[in-house]
Amino acid sequence: MTALIDRVTAINWNRLDDEKDLEVWDRLTGNFWLPEKVPVSNDIPDWRAMSEAEHTLTMRVFTGLTLLDTIQGTVGAVSLIPDALTPHEEAVYTNIAFMESVHAKSYSSIFSTLCSSEQIDEAFSWSERNEHLQRKAQIVLDYYEGDDPLKRKVASTLLESFLFYSGFYLPMYFSAHAKLTNTADVIRLIIRDEAVHGYYIGYKYQRGLALAGEARQSEMESYTYELLNELYENEVEYTHSLYDEVGLSDDVEKFLHYNANKALMNLGYPALFPDEICDVNPAILAALSPNADENHDFFSGSGSSYVMGKAEETDDDDWDF
Amino acid sequence: MAAVVYFSSASNNTARFVEHCAFDSAGIHTARIPLRATDEPLQINEPFVLICPTYGGGDATKAVPVQVKRFLNDPANRRWIRGIIASGNTNFGEAYAAAGPIIARKCHVPLMYRFELMGTGSDVRAVREGLIKFFTHATEPTQPQDRP
Repeated sequence: MTALIDRVTAINWNRLDDEKDLEVWDRLTGNFWLPEKVPVSNDIPDWRAMSEAEHTLTMRVFTGLTLLDTIQGTVGAVSLIPDALTPHEEAVYTNIAFMESVHAKSYSSIFSTLCSSEQIDEAFSWSERNEHLQRKAQIVLDYYEGDDPLKRKVASTLLESFLFYSGFYLPMYFSAHAKLTNTADVIRLIIRDEAVHGYYIGYKYQRGLALAGEARQSEMESYTYELLNELYENEVEYTHSLYDEVGLSDDVEKFLHYNANKALMNLGYPALFPDEICDVNPAILAALSPNADENHDFFSGSGSSYVMGKAEETDDDDWDF
Repeated sequence: MAAVVYFSSASNNTARFVEHCAFDSAGIHTARIPLRATDEPLQINEPFVLICPTYGGGDATKAVPVQVKRFLNDPANRRWIRGIIASGNTNFGEAYAAAGPIIARKCHVPLMYRFELMGTGSDVRAVREGLIKFFTHATEPTQPQDRP
């Protein structure tokens, strides 16, 4: 395990080595939320109308997500602190660690609103027994406890931007079918946070990598794709262990490919999975981002709805968007 | 002649996208809007399409980077804008690529395309080929339409 940092100087936010630290700090604090603000209890009628198989699936998925958030909150984000290049970067990691703990707690808050304590205990016990879930936790933990700061950031970015999505799929699926929409609102807040976390840790990885020599850079690129493949293969098996029963595994896999590509981009690397297998179900994409499936391809000529704003009366004085 | 004007922060996502498009080899200039207020401001004297990332993580008032606002605030620059391409991340829900429609409305130009982060290979192909075709038709200056 990485040692704690041994010396601390008072943090001066008026003198920044990397402006990205303040930008991301502001974005994270501006996005702050707590699960108690979302009226999940309005989902109780939906929950009661759902089948037992859907209950079991939901609880297993959320328990899996809880485990990842727990790891990221108590080990992952904290393990990045001693590697930080600036005191402001350390402060951002403390924010990330805290929000991951908020995420982990929000699943418990959903559980206590919707489920019986027997159901909750069963789901937590399942998470201890599922080999694929345990394996992904172990792979990531090994890097957090290792001695390579760059590899730690790669593992952390892949967790933030890829490993959550086999789980995030389900509430988006339910939301697309007008079920558990308040629960989906909580998950969307988590998804928004993870985007900033993956972006920032991936950015710091690239800053660190830029200081390394060519051989090390090429080693890290191979390592990243190898680790992604290792996690991906496990993730596919995990997906089947959860979703085969409801017939959604193929659909979830497309969502995995799409998000794996975004995780790689956060690390500065080109996408791996080709478009043909990243064709996420439009209903899922719309549940994630309501206008994401609008066609804005002006070039193809098939675009039905590219935006051409109506002429707006402005002068330079009100050119304040 | 024609140009692609873009903004990219230190993360360089948009810069990478523009680099992958290899516009220079197609005779399209590229110009980067400077990061710092103390840098020499960018002046443009030819038709351009703007490629702009979305900021703010959901806050519409912060969606357009301040550097881009400053650049477009100059009417001498603004009169040459012909289209906007915006990037973002669908994780931000309704705010995905929100800089796009905001600039399209303000400048009365089409939102031509959206992509995520540094874009995929097919995003690069679509934008490169699309802009080459587009610029063969749009080279004459016009009156700015956003003036009273």
